[in-house]
Amino acid sequence: MSERPGRRLLRHWRGTLGGVVVAFMLATGVLAPILAPYSYSNQSLLTRLKPPSAAHWLGTDGFGRDVLSRVMWGSRVSLEIGFAATALALVVGTAMGSVAGYFGRGVDTSVMRAADAFLSVPALFLILIVVALFGASLLNTTLVIALVTWAPVARVVRAECLSLRAREFVHAAHALGAGHTRILARHVLVNALPVVIVQASLMLGQTILIESGLSYLGLGAQPPLPSWGNMIVEGRQFLATAWWIAAFPGLAIFVTVLGFNLFGDGLRDAFDPTLRGSA
Amino acid sequence: MDSGLRAYVLRRLGFAALMLVGVSIILFVLMRLAPGGPEAVLIGGEFSPEAAAQIRRRLGLDRPLALQYVTWAGAALRGDFGRSFKTGDPVAGLIADRLGPTLQLTGGALVVALTVAVPLGVVAAVRRGTVWDTLGSAVALFGVSFPSFWLGIMLILIFSEALPILPPSGLAEYGRESEPLSRLRHAILPTLTLGLIQMAALMRFTRSSLLESLRQDYVRTARAKGLGDGRVVWRHALRNALIPVVTVVGLSLPALVGGAVLTESVFAWPGIGRLAVGAVFERDYPVIMGVNLIVAAVVITGNLVTDLAYCAVDPRISYR
Repeated sequence: MSERPGRRLLRHWRGTLGGVVVAFMLATGVLAPILAPYSYSNQSLLTRLKPPSAAHWLGTDGFGRDVLSRVMWGSRVSLEIGFAATALALVVGTAMGSVAGYFGRGVDTSVMRAADAFLSVPALFLILIVVALFGASLLNTTLVIALVTWAPVARVVRAECLSLRAREFVHAAHALGAGHTRILARHVLVNALPVVIVQASLMLGQTILIESGLSYLGLGAQPPLPSWGNMIVEGRQFLATAWWIAAFPGLAIFVTVLGFNLFGDGLRDAFDPTLRGSA
Repeated sequence: MDSGLRAYVLRRLGFAALMLVGVSIILFVLMRLAPGGPEAVLIGGEFSPEAAAQIRRRLGLDRPLALQYVTWAGAALRGDFGRSFKTGDPVAGLIADRLGPTLQLTGGALVVALTVAVPLGVVAAVRRGTVWDTLGSAVALFGVSFPSFWLGIMLILIFSEALPILPPSGLAEYGRESEPLSRLRHAILPTLTLGLIQMAALMRFTRSSLLESLRQDYVRTARAKGLGDGRVVWRHALRNALIPVVTVVGLSLPALVGGAVLTESVFAWPGIGRLAVGAVFERDYPVIMGVNLIVAAVVITGNLVTDLAYCAVDPRISYR
């Protein structure tokens, strides 16, 4: 049974392509210290604003730094924050959603109304408040992205738990004398796991987009630490003379997010073939 | 209006009010959790405990938290969001000046998104499984994967730098703010950027909603009567398929308004998104709080309107 979704994913060519892209970007980020041809911070006035060439595949920026090396190093910030924020949002969202869906009634209403309140404030505005109050740092960026993304997870997990709790095996566990905690952890959540995994893959793309947007506004990773978002801002001022500075980091974001989305779609189809092409 | 509908409208109104109270409490609590508190921002640098206490008394921060909230919320209800820490101007005035451009941008973007998304969604659903469907899915997938600010910058690169036909920033040329043509030319790139990003979700939803409609009995009946494909799709199936799309428009409002923050930054568009970002760098709390409350109110009202529109266009909805 556990083998089949894996094999189905392999047959799903777009999902596999997404997986390969994600693996490639991950490997680039992890191996940046070894693979990057230059240091991300070495400046040289002699090599300022050079177009893509054999020496600098993606050209150089306004300080003469190698754009390829910075794109590779920049992936670390985006992916680290993406993974950390997604993990946090998944833990909080799954906990809230499963408790709401499993216990129902008052618990359900209060958790879901809280989620609604979070969903009705545009995420970026909520992020702006938190960054204004607590300052911009990698930790704060991670926490704040989790703060604005837990609610959709809670909704999805709640819906799944709502249907799971009415199933026979949950009644059977009840009849055998299992407590709520045990039923939730061992029976309900385990069965809700596929939904959570699919959600995680799709969310990774979203969190990376949010992180890059924050960095673009100057509220995420701070220079000289390269992140895709702050590289694009730096490239904005040289748009007329050196398009490559802004173009390549953006392309990296696009390809990575696309990879996660393709992979997530593939996972969804692999876990539940009846959903194929429905959304 | 029958009694069931009236009860539903009233309940929905009450719920919207409750949401706004909830959001205002979240905002208020967040503001009070700030390290150092507003007095640190107002004074700046080193200050004595006496000076801090004086400022706290002046701002009413020495009173019980619940009382502070009621005072703040009461004033906000009357349209008084306090004064900017930086300029001393009333926050309500600052927001009022910036709300128009933001509404123009988001409204225009929604029109662009729907104009592209609905026909694309229809073609993808009607020609399901063909190259058109694949193309539609690809466009939707690209749309949700594009960083909006980067799309904006690439559009500037193409239309303002490579073939300079459109202006890259601002609301209009300086001193020509009242000329419609100048404003329209400036609005094209930002509106396209925000609209194309929003289009993806709407297109996916139109497609799946229309696929659902096309499976219904009344469509089979219409076909059995001998109606042509175009008539069945456009007159029968699509009209019903668009009903859930109305809801999705409502649900996408937060993303639309949130996306405006980045779009306004890229195009130096003088809306409330840029006002908020500027206020963040200044730690201008009253401005940030005011903007957020107004944005939440706009989004909640938008959701309310779509919900009510939903039951107006579909008489089958039960007002439970």
